Amino acid sequence: MALAGRAALVIALLTSLCGVGMSLYGARTGRRELVEVGRRCVYGLAGVLTFAFVILEVAFVANDFAYNTVANNSSLTTPLFYRAAAMWGSQEGSLLLWVWLLSLWSSLAVFLTRNRLKEIVPYAVAVLLGFATFFTSMLVFLVTPFATSSPAPANGAGLDPLLRNPSMMIHPPMLYSGYTFFTIPFAFAVGALITRRVDAEWIQLARRFALASWLFLGIGIVLGAHWAYYEIGWGGYWGWDAVENAALMPWLISTAFLHSLMIQEKRGMLKVWNASLVLGASTLAIVGTFLVRSGVLSSIHAFGASTLGVPFVILIAVMVVGSIYLVVSRRDVLRSEHQLDSLISREAAFMLNNIVLVALAFVIFWGTFFPLISGAVTGTESEVGAPWFDRYTVPLALALVALAGIGPIIPWRRATLAHLRRNFALPLAAAALILVLSFTTLGISSSPATVTLFCAVAFVLTSIGQEFWRGFIARRAMSSEAPPLALLSMIRRNRRRYGGYIVHVGIAILLLGIAASSTFTHTAFTNLARGRSTTLGGYRMTNVRPTASIVTDPTSTGALLTLGVILRVTRDGRYVMTLHPTAEFYPDASGAEGPVGSLIAGDQVSELSLNTSLRRDISAAIDAAEIQTALQGEINQANALVVKDRAAGPAKQTELSYFLLAAIARGYLHDPPTAPLKLASTPLVVWLWIGALIVLAGGLIAIWPPPGAMTGRVRARYLARVAQELGRA
Amino acid sequence: MVLALLAAAVLLGVLAWFVGAPLRHPAAVEPGGGDERRALDAARDAKYQEIRDTELDYRTGKLSEEDFRAIDRRLRAEAVEILHALDALR
Repeated sequence: MALAGRAALVIALLTSLCGVGMSLYGARTGRRELVEVGRRCVYGLAGVLTFAFVILEVAFVANDFAYNTVANNSSLTTPLFYRAAAMWGSQEGSLLLWVWLLSLWSSLAVFLTRNRLKEIVPYAVAVLLGFATFFTSMLVFLVTPFATSSPAPANGAGLDPLLRNPSMMIHPPMLYSGYTFFTIPFAFAVGALITRRVDAEWIQLARRFALASWLFLGIGIVLGAHWAYYEIGWGGYWGWDAVENAALMPWLISTAFLHSLMIQEKRGMLKVWNASLVLGASTLAIVGTFLVRSGVLSSIHAFGASTLGVPFVILIAVMVVGSIYLVVSRRDVLRSEHQLDSLISREAAFMLNNIVLVALAFVIFWGTFFPLISGAVTGTESEVGAPWFDRYTVPLALALVALAGIGPIIPWRRATLAHLRRNFALPLAAAALILVLSFTTLGISSSPATVTLFCAVAFVLTSIGQEFWRGFIARRAMSSEAPPLALLSMIRRNRRRYGGYIVHVGIAILLLGIAASSTFTHTAFTNLARGRSTTLGGYRMTNVRPTASIVTDPTSTGALLTLGVILRVTRDGRYVMTLHPTAEFYPDASGAEGPVGSLIAGDQVSELSLNTSLRRDISAAIDAAEIQTALQGEINQANALVVKDRAAGPAKQTELSYFLLAAIARGYLHDPPTAPLKLASTPLVVWLWIGALIVLAGGLIAIWPPPGAMTGRVRARYLARVAQELGRA
Repeated sequence: MVLALLAAAVLLGVLAWFVGAPLRHPAAVEPGGGDERRALDAARDAKYQEIRDTELDYRTGKLSEEDFRAIDRRLRAEAVEILHALDALR
């Protein structure tokens, strides 16, 4: 079926090209049937790419190693769960996933606009299919996922062990959904600018699509952080890695866009800025894709050096130049209708929020591309590390949190002193209380930035709580609903407002988790012999006994040998928890380390053992490389024994190799080396994930369309009121 | 090999039939236009939302009664203009 897959990609490329041509020609000549053909090309593309995607997915699940990509990224020992996700472990497989998701989301956008924006849609379809043309061209001409080898190898190299984590099933599809969704607001913005229709209908649509891409990308980023926290083995969730940063930049810019679009909607201001933000966010999403695929910057997430860099640079250049041309040439329709009334207003707070968000994105952009910039200027690529990022991003993040509390309680147009007093008194009092507690009860005054953040979080939570309470009281005054129902109706009738407030709460809590966990964490690297103990942040950790398993690894990752230790954790003499960190060893297909050594000389992964609670995470990881070094003597002896027995034949030798590996594992159980451990006690880190879930909930509330019946009632009521006004006039 | 080529041919045939349908029946394609009306509908909805937001701002203490009355009057006047424009399109 590889040939059918190749043919499907060629058909997909032709469909995309056909759709681009038909849409543009139809739009220029006003021939609706050609525009309709263009629209149908989007649906057709989704169908053809689904066919190709299924062919490759079936090959992975069925262990069809005739496909090069299956042979390179899966193996007979790779569990089914991970085989199903192994496709996006490769450059070509993940590119197919990218363009497949693009075709699905494009189909959704085209379907939702089937009766709307009829002037804009043909251009948007052309842009969306233009992206599809670009990506399918790469799959057809540069990196095909349907390349095969004959004869097929008996086994594959296996999936990178770091990718054998449940998050990896969903993290790349979510991240790619975010990236691909960004092409939709971009395409509709291009269409709106070409046709000069930057009106309320476009705003409505752009907001919804931008919010969807923001949500997907946000979920993808958090899942990536979650994967890093659990899988990288040392408990970090963010490393300012180039690819992590590449995902964060468009997310920050789209956050700015979602806020400033409200100013355009309400006041007719910032149209040039908004057009630039939406085009910029999408361009940054493609920059992110470029960083993953070109190998231009080193990253744990990137696919290494490839031939895809130049086409991506050309695409990005076309997007940048085209965006600038469109914004400049349409500046007449992008002129502001109003001016800022007062610096103490919600518009001003949103503008400040936009400046902070764009500054954050710029800092991250500069830090991410610094190796390339320094390489171009000095000839030597130097990287900036986490301290550099922290120096600039921490103050900006603090300002952002404060603005997340100020924005909801400051009115549009202008605020008076009396209103400021009324709305700011309680949140400021809460912030002051946290400040006092920080220096007294909490004892955390050693980190001014963290204390400031805690105060800002208290300010946000109180200001939003106050907003909810006042809205609830107003709703109760206007209706006879029971309290819970009144709260629900209040949110349901004002989803954008209260969904947004919930997002602010989530972001504040998320940043609280980040600040506390990065400032007050206790870590220790220690070598712990069996029966010995160490203390960390008030916890006593005792190495109780070693553990070992062969083939049947406890975490079902397909590791051949898994070694670990059982740690008993107590506090003040009382049992708290048991931790079981493990080191997983995977085979090396080259066989260079001898018959026994090669069974475990491939990738090594430290599986973190973690106990999570609302107050703190206690974690332990074991250094796989050091364990292997400690066992090297036994491995060498075992290799020699198998080699000596070469007369027995390959089958017997393999059997003997496994037998000796089992003997080494038993030896580890009876006489274990000291366990090389990293122990960590990280406070409040779970609030990072809870905050992310709250952000997700708020985002879903904000994006959900209002129920039709209610809109009808509201519309009828306002129509009557407006008609009444008209009668009076 | 034959099966793969057959699958690709079927895929191409189905796709051509589906995508080319509007060319075979151009009369069945919905005519263009109507964007202006839909834009005004969206503007009207946005204005109603703004009126409701302003009312909620007033009820949650972010606007004085005087400011609220002035803004509400202006927003409703703008809504009336949009309704006039919609009527003119009918």
